[in-house]
Amino acid sequence: MSVDVRIRHRLGAFALDVAFQSDAPGVTALFGPSGAGKTSIVHAIAGLLRPDEGRIAVDGRVLFDSATRTDLAVEDRRVGLVFQDARLFPHMNVRDNLLFGWRRAKECAGEGEIGRVIELLGLEGLLSRKPARLSGGEKSRVALGRALLASPSLLLLDEPLASLDASRKAEILPYLERLRDEAKMPIFHVSHAVDEVLRLADRVVVLRDGRVEGEGSVFDFAAGEIGQLLPATGAVIDARLEGVRDDGLSVLSFPGGVLSVARTELPPGTRLRVRIRAEDVLLAREEPRAISANNVLATRISSIRAEGASQADVHLLCGGTRLVARITQASVKRLGLKEGEAVYAVVKSVILDPHALRARGALE
Amino acid sequence: MMSLSDAEIEALLLSLRVSSVAVVVALPFAFAAALLLARKNFPGKILVDAILHAPLVLPPVAMGYLLLIVFGTRAGLGGFLYEQFGIRFVFNWTGAVLASAILTFPFQMRAIRLSLESADAGLGDAARTLGARAFDRFRNVTLPLALPGVAAGAITAFAASLGEFGAIITFVSNIPGQTRTLPLAIYTALQTPGGEAAAARLAALSILLALVFMTLAEFVQRRAKDRFA
Repeated sequence: MSVDVRIRHRLGAFALDVAFQSDAPGVTALFGPSGAGKTSIVHAIAGLLRPDEGRIAVDGRVLFDSATRTDLAVEDRRVGLVFQDARLFPHMNVRDNLLFGWRRAKECAGEGEIGRVIELLGLEGLLSRKPARLSGGEKSRVALGRALLASPSLLLLDEPLASLDASRKAEILPYLERLRDEAKMPIFHVSHAVDEVLRLADRVVVLRDGRVEGEGSVFDFAAGEIGQLLPATGAVIDARLEGVRDDGLSVLSFPGGVLSVARTELPPGTRLRVRIRAEDVLLAREEPRAISANNVLATRISSIRAEGASQADVHLLCGGTRLVARITQASVKRLGLKEGEAVYAVVKSVILDPHALRARGALE
Repeated sequence: MMSLSDAEIEALLLSLRVSSVAVVVALPFAFAAALLLARKNFPGKILVDAILHAPLVLPPVAMGYLLLIVFGTRAGLGGFLYEQFGIRFVFNWTGAVLASAILTFPFQMRAIRLSLESADAGLGDAARTLGARAFDRFRNVTLPLALPGVAAGAITAFAASLGEFGAIITFVSNIPGQTRTLPLAIYTALQTPGGEAAAARLAALSILLALVFMTLAEFVQRRAKDRFA
């Protein structure tokens, strides 16, 4: 499952010149401010925009290559695109919208797939409704389902959440997480929201002014190591649920240690993504005892970077897992913290994405 | 209800026949023109737009005269059609159809164009990414969305066509049963001594028909708006 994108394109004064690959399945976030060229890239991959120059291939299938004058028609690309404004067909009910691409797909997904997608996106109760009678969040879900049922070899999400308010976003995110965990095709998710990227992405391509500023794993992204202008936000950890401890807390294991979190009823073995914000990590020279925090991790300092006038980001390694603590520069000085030294990280709170759903781990 | 004479009923039926055939004949051309204006940009578009709208503002008598020049049996195209195919427009109800079709064509074109423009072209892109080719998209996305506009435009054109006078009388004259439509019958009644009552009846009938069809057109458009918006 590889996606290879190289695009050069001029649009008036704006020049797009990007190249990136994605070899693993999962979600690649195309992250950047508006005007960075995200939508142009997505349109070029889908075939709605013809680049001046470049090559676009999915799984070795060349969709566009200016060198060989290959330019597959949009209809033949099998690239699913979920537009920001959903673009449901207003004269068809939800069922007919969902089946529009399914009926036209050459390598048609079986009938069973229809029920699976309807279940995945929670569309059971909406099937006979017209788009005019759907909420914004429901429209996004139908648009997602419609794209999925066309059996694309690559799925592009062009800021499907951008036009929704916070509560609608919260409604959709769990579905996107499920989609990430269950979809068989690579997904490119265009976003300018850090939070979405941290929750959904496996890899991140940071774009600015039509160029790739950096790329890497979501762990690098969270640690602020992709691109120059993004500060660290903390740590993203993909952990495994071990079970419930005697004290009623659930235990998660990750390469390098364990975390205890509020009790969850999910089955042991479930993979969960947790986030630890840099502000929620304190550092101690000696192992703290008699402390209310449930998680104290033994770590080693990998680097210390000044952040603003008085703050510092202390990057930590806990086994193979990266953490970031944002403390004051004064504290760094007072504790005499240096690279390579051992410190204890006191984690004040762990953000467990509340609706995180099984699948990924359960399948392994 | 007032009772109509046989001649008046004949005029009414002729009007309905001329108008419905005119609307059907003009429809494909109006749809094509609307599609062209709504979706394509080309040099000289403003001029084409103006020419296509000209029948709305041109004096109908001038239009009738133009038709006579082009389609008269002794004129170029008219003569050719008559000699080769035996098709004759002048003094024939088909001539009234031709005049009405041309004069009410812009009503249909405008309504269809508006509905095409409001049916976002972005839906076409969405359909493409889902594997729908050009004809498929036209048949299953563009056409159904344009349908309310087509219906509203057809009804408006039909109502306008019922009132056509100048072009018909100039082009195909005022022949009972052939070209004497409602407005021409009103005119004839007024020219006849003691015909005021007949003229009043026919005028009232015309007004009634116009109101009924315009209300219908508005209804169709509103329902479409409720369904799609």
